Amino acid sequence: MERTEDLIELCLLIGKMMMQNGAETYRVEDTMTRIAQSFGRDEAQSYVTPTGIVFTISPGAPAKLVRISDRATNLEKVKLANNVSRNITSGDMSIQEAYKELRKIETSPTDYTMLMQIIAATLASGFFSIMFEGSWYDFLPACIAGGLGFIALINFIRLFEIKFVAEFIASLMIGFTAFSLFSLGIGEEVDKVVVGAVMPLVPGLLITNAVRDLMAGHLISGLAKGAEAFLTAFAIGAGIAVMFSLF
Amino acid sequence: MLIEHAIASFFASAAFGIIFQAPRNTLIKCGLVGMIGWVIYISLVWEDVDSVPATLTASFVIAIVSQMLARIYKTPMIVFSVAGIIPLVPGSLAYDAMRSFVQNDYSLAISIAAKAFMISGAIAFGLVFSEVINQIQKKVRKTKTQVR
Repeated sequence: MERTEDLIELCLLIGKMMMQNGAETYRVEDTMTRIAQSFGRDEAQSYVTPTGIVFTISPGAPAKLVRISDRATNLEKVKLANNVSRNITSGDMSIQEAYKELRKIETSPTDYTMLMQIIAATLASGFFSIMFEGSWYDFLPACIAGGLGFIALINFIRLFEIKFVAEFIASLMIGFTAFSLFSLGIGEEVDKVVVGAVMPLVPGLLITNAVRDLMAGHLISGLAKGAEAFLTAFAIGAGIAVMFSLF
Repeated sequence: MLIEHAIASFFASAAFGIIFQAPRNTLIKCGLVGMIGWVIYISLVWEDVDSVPATLTASFVIAIVSQMLARIYKTPMIVFSVAGIIPLVPGSLAYDAMRSFVQNDYSLAISIAAKAFMISGAIAFGLVFSEVINQIQKKVRKTKTQVR
């Protein structure tokens, strides 16, 4: 009996980890039921949404629920969780071993330091302004605006519980930097600078995953992700719009 | 210049790999996937193809390449495809739409927003389409082994 409890806990933990770190909905459901099947539980069912997971091991058994309150993108953790599920289904790992391994992955520090991420966002902003047909004169201001915006985002996310406020302030920061640099004569087209600098904040992954979930028949997940993406896009747009009307 | 775009998209996609915390050894592959997608997209746009079919083609190729990489390195496909898709996301259109809204030019804003929606639909459709092909391949292989 204890084994069943452990199996349920394991399935819920792996599902929660994958969903929190940006895996696709269908992949999470698939992984959970597949692990259960590898222990002979063919009738296990899971229902995954971006904000919570419901899992039941057999038709008569009570269903268990985990709540997912915060979501981020950490592909390294998705990969490691996927490796664990591979090892379980092939029989190379026991339930206890897998559970310990997952707990270790969950608390392990991230691969990249904050500084590296800020540098990455800075460079990405500059290169995006080039890709949107900006000139190389726009590279530097886009880098500065994008980097400052990203710093604002990660710091304000820690400060406030509400993600959209942090995104709004970050885009205010981007707009302010870009427009002030432009009025100082740095940068050729302010539009290209702003678009490049905003890219690290744009919910591109969410938008695409939302449409994809809708197409795959995960209607609730699709709508939820779409709503999250819309709110983020609105926060960014509103921040830029405020600056646009001031300058 | 195409070279300029290729270099910019490589570094932009790899940098997004870092922001999304992709495993270290996949960063260069993320950059390459992004570069392939963007080069296809921008050369089609320069040949006067509409941006919706251009996006569809590019995202389809990105998905195929990501699936191949996923199979070779036994890593979830999303690790490669996400960073590659980012350059195609209609960020600049969304910005233009928002700016038109602020300037009270609602009809222009709505039409740009509709375009942005079509492009994100095209990205998703390209991804789904390649997945369908993948599933058909798997099924064909399965039935073949059953026949034997």
